[in-house]
Amino acid sequence: MVLHLVPRCSARLFWASPGWRRTYTQGASVGLKSLGCPRHRHSPLACRGYSSASGSPEVILTPERYPVQRLPFSTVSEEDLAAFERIIPGRVVTDPEQLETCNVDWLRSVRGCSKVLLRPQTSEEVSQILRHCYQRNLAVNPQGGNTGMVGGSVPVFDEVILSTALMNQVISFHDVSGILVCQAGCVLEELSRYVQARDFIMPLDLGAKGSCHIGGNVATNAGGLRFLRYGSLRGTVLGLEVVLADGTILNCLTSLRKDNTGYDLKQLFIGSEGTLGVITAVSILCPPRPKAVNVAFLGCPGFAEVLQTFSTCKGMLGEILSAFEFMDTECMQLVGQHLHLTNPVQESPFYVLVETSGSSAAHDAEKLTGVLEQVLNSGLVSDGTMATDQRKIQMLWALRERITEALSRDGYVFKYDISLPVERLYDLVIDVRTRLGPRAKHVVGYGHLGDGNLHLNVTAEAFSQELLGALEPYVYAWTAEQRGSVSAEHGLGFKKKNVLSYSKPPEAVKLMQQLKVMLDPKGILNPYKTLPAQA
Amino acid sequence: MAELRALVAVKRVIDFAVKIRVKPDKSGVVTDGVKHSMNPFCEIAVEEAVRLKEKKLVKEVIAVSCGPSQCQETIRTALAMGADRGIHVEVPAAQAESLGPLQVARVLAKLAEKEKVDLVFLGKQAIDDDCNQTGQMTAGLLDWPQGTFASQLTLEGDKIKVEREIDGGLETLRLKLPSVVTADLRLNEPRYATLPNIMKAKKKKIEVIKPGDLGVDLTSKVSVISVEEPPQRLAGVKVETTEDLVAKLKEVGRI
Repeated sequence: MVLHLVPRCSARLFWASPGWRRTYTQGASVGLKSLGCPRHRHSPLACRGYSSASGSPEVILTPERYPVQRLPFSTVSEEDLAAFERIIPGRVVTDPEQLETCNVDWLRSVRGCSKVLLRPQTSEEVSQILRHCYQRNLAVNPQGGNTGMVGGSVPVFDEVILSTALMNQVISFHDVSGILVCQAGCVLEELSRYVQARDFIMPLDLGAKGSCHIGGNVATNAGGLRFLRYGSLRGTVLGLEVVLADGTILNCLTSLRKDNTGYDLKQLFIGSEGTLGVITAVSILCPPRPKAVNVAFLGCPGFAEVLQTFSTCKGMLGEILSAFEFMDTECMQLVGQHLHLTNPVQESPFYVLVETSGSSAAHDAEKLTGVLEQVLNSGLVSDGTMATDQRKIQMLWALRERITEALSRDGYVFKYDISLPVERLYDLVIDVRTRLGPRAKHVVGYGHLGDGNLHLNVTAEAFSQELLGALEPYVYAWTAEQRGSVSAEHGLGFKKKNVLSYSKPPEAVKLMQQLKVMLDPKGILNPYKTLPAQA
Repeated sequence: MAELRALVAVKRVIDFAVKIRVKPDKSGVVTDGVKHSMNPFCEIAVEEAVRLKEKKLVKEVIAVSCGPSQCQETIRTALAMGADRGIHVEVPAAQAESLGPLQVARVLAKLAEKEKVDLVFLGKQAIDDDCNQTGQMTAGLLDWPQGTFASQLTLEGDKIKVEREIDGGLETLRLKLPSVVTADLRLNEPRYATLPNIMKAKKKKIEVIKPGDLGVDLTSKVSVISVEEPPQRLAGVKVETTEDLVAKLKEVGRI
């Protein structure tokens, strides 16, 4: 039960994290060099400095690209700024240069025009800020690592940005039960390091781990690469501390595995995307660190073989299977072209990454080599490689984790995150490819095959309304026909708020809207997002 | 057609990514249940030998490791990368603790003579003890020329041209075969072992012999007195303004 100061501006993080951070070295060094200068006090981790070396054009303001009207919230005044300064002295940012990075999302697809960034350190400060905003009818945009994929993390207009960047303390860690209690602004990778040193691991892992905050992960019910083995945050989060729209602090931060006393309120906030309350602290159950991790990277001649390999792995690996990801040949080509990652196996139409985690190296290696022999001899797999040491494991994972990065270097990316019956997972990619023809630069499919989750991405030289029209609502309608989800793990945010009816009946949407009104009558929390505007 | 044969020595070490923990009695580091893998420099040595074989300049690559039974995993990895057969010089775990560069060098020298190889490859040093001595001692015992810290290798008939990374830059030597070469980081990038090769490796032969069979004495004249962790690095302190910085420096007596 030691209060542990998690370093804020960890330079190690930039160089040590796989690839993800390398894009931002320019911004990072600016932040670090200017330590001690009042203007650049903010952590480069909170508002990522985008490398403008790529020469990408300025992002268009969201209201200019999408049809959305500003709701009649108040505008931030001098009195408001003074009030904020009283609550969080020295941590009210109004400098346009610093605000720029917090107004634009990671995909550089949406941009707001907020004039104020607030950086509280405690839940009490968050409470006071929200109380003030509620009274003054000021819209608020809670912001974590700003790595969301659906434009939900940045303002649409001039909402006040409430950043969790300075709420990065670990409150406690119980090393027998593995229960971690921490503030919402802890960066996932930092938490991973912290618990790994104590022989545990975080129950979730995603490519954005070097920047994303645990509060944001919970608010979006992030899935990720370990979902197959450890399940959803809905199961691993034991408690939450949330500040409601009017400033009320709701402390449900228990660390109990079992607690059936009344309605489980935390489930409302998990996945609520900052629209029902601001998560300020999280209590989460961490699984023990596996003693043996093995990764195999395989090449498959077709999608049918990918599916059969999955069945074989499930059957023969059983409880030690911890991840099953797939990617197509276009993805491999992109990571090779933009990130210079070498393909460890011979070129194949599909690639599969299988990870096992267990407590006995010998036992796991034996099972894995058994499976690999089986799939190789039966022709399901044409080539593959296996890694048991950390360096090679990281290199193999990078091929899958850095696809997102490679795609964003290819041009403007239209992202779709779909849940489908696993046999039809790749059919959507083929249909979209045929439909778009040469209009698209690349159409790729990859994702968490084990969870039935496809990431369909289309790249083009630049955003085009015409291409968007060809994709939407085609992709959503296709998904609805398969009774799939139009947003498996990315959430709705700003870009998908009007499509949830493809996956939820009208009664459900109505009830969601009623809950929103009940918890946030003035609608100040993350407006314009998640739910469609009420008719 | 080359008739050259190569011996590659590989060492099983604690995986470089693992956080090392010192045993409470300070007699060494915790190795039980800790992930082990092939020493990265040994991997580079194996890769180089296999590449020479693929270029048909070397006929056979033999991988050898000294230590307890787990060494066989490391030899298998070398076989999966392309070595033809393996030799495991079995040393029981308790004795393995006192296995140092001199003892291993004696084993390798004897093996090099017995197997009549023309090249002995090693990694320049092991990441657990950082000794950087085994290759040099082996060459000394065999009275063979040595090319250490090799970053490039070219076979020229009965000679070998070695480019070495030294503090002053790059030194190029020409050595007569047979010779000893130790691999440095930039010599090559080791391959991923492909599945078909991993499967084939399971069928390749690993001969198990004892140091006594080679007539090698493993007694060590070195004993470890204690192993300690380096002093904890204290966290730095961040200040907001230059005035604070000056005040802090005065506070700790630096100015």
